[in-house]
Amino acid sequence: MATERYSFSLTTFSPSGKLVQIEYALAAVEAGAPSVGIKASNGIVLATEKKQKTILFEDCIHKVEPITDYIGMVYSGMGPDYRLLVKKARKIAQQYKLVYQENIPTQQLVQRVAAIMQEYTQSGGVRPFGVSLLICGWDQNRPYLYQCDPSGAYFAWKATAMGRNYINGKTFLEKRYSEDLELDDAVHTAILTLKEGFEGQMTAENIEIGIADETGFRRLDVATVRDHLSNIPQ
Amino acid sequence: MSIMTYNGGSIVAMTGKNCVAIACDKRFGIQGTALADNFQRIFQVGPHMFVGLPGLGTDTQTVYQKIRFRQNLYELKENRKMSPKVLLSMISNMLYERRFGPYFVEPMVVGLDPETAQPIVGNMDLIGCVNIPSDFVVGGPSSDQLYGMCETLWEPNLEPDDLFETIAQALVNACERNAVSGWGAVVHIIEQDKVTVRHVKTRMD
Repeated sequence: MATERYSFSLTTFSPSGKLVQIEYALAAVEAGAPSVGIKASNGIVLATEKKQKTILFEDCIHKVEPITDYIGMVYSGMGPDYRLLVKKARKIAQQYKLVYQENIPTQQLVQRVAAIMQEYTQSGGVRPFGVSLLICGWDQNRPYLYQCDPSGAYFAWKATAMGRNYINGKTFLEKRYSEDLELDDAVHTAILTLKEGFEGQMTAENIEIGIADETGFRRLDVATVRDHLSNIPQ
Repeated sequence: MSIMTYNGGSIVAMTGKNCVAIACDKRFGIQGTALADNFQRIFQVGPHMFVGLPGLGTDTQTVYQKIRFRQNLYELKENRKMSPKVLLSMISNMLYERRFGPYFVEPMVVGLDPETAQPIVGNMDLIGCVNIPSDFVVGGPSSDQLYGMCETLWEPNLEPDDLFETIAQALVNACERNAVSGWGAVVHIIEQDKVTVRHVKTRMD
């Protein structure tokens, strides 16, 4: 194929003006497990599918991760790339706090994480990140929800879906979303969105949920997720 | 003689009721030799925020430029004004980067919090150890005399006019007891709706 001639270096444009390596990175995201983010009036929810291939896995590696007390993150795409970004995001947040003695605003964190992702599309000897991030946070008395793509582009959302089946997810959210959603309803909607195109039985063990509100960001434990699931008709 | 008192120049800042004040003498000299009576050591860095930089004259100017550099980048990046507390942390961090070859200044920040309008005065030593008291801060070669004057004259909840009288008397009388301070003074009174700058005449010897 003609495009493959321009994929030897990710810093080379193809004649049509595309950077194909970045498109391949987006393809990796679209093949990844779905995740959902919804902004409610009093908080934000992040949710993701976490299918285990065998029951022999121990349940101690998480996809939803806190970055600061008030900011949390989840991904669709490649796990190892995500963990590197989590590490970098935490470091950025602590550096900010060291200088200003104030928590980093979500927007600032997103901007700086996005800058790192952009750097990996223009440097030599590296490849772009195979992940899209959802970053949520509570600051200045309101919720924030952003998506960060491998290209370094970032978007502010009221609600969005990423990963496998994301188009169906977004269509579903467009139908279900309303501005005055409460946090508990948002969790409910997030679960329902994941359920669209979920293969097999959804349990508290194969999804992960994180919420941020004025008290901060936290990952819901399995028992709480189970409670939320029991409120949903099978 | 210490490098901190090489050029002279003393600053004092006080809190009042919904207002703050910062005042400074105008002398610039080299040890005992007075060279100028118009040296600026107080700089406006926001609608309700000032920094005072007592210490070595050359570092006063350099540190002011470095503060503006970082503050401008912050305000552009974050699209919001810097608050006095954040400014204090930022300067402190900047000075500690030069822990083993410091700038010879002891910065002072005064201002009203952009959100709560609460008066804030704070200062730090030359490597950035921050102090945020509820009453007043002093700095420069006549800080011993200023402490005495402030302890005597300052009281809580001074109105802007009374705060001006208090800070001006404290500075002028402290500087008269110090050989490298004086030669005129300037007082800034910061209120929610206005900032008043007054130049005070002093003995010129």
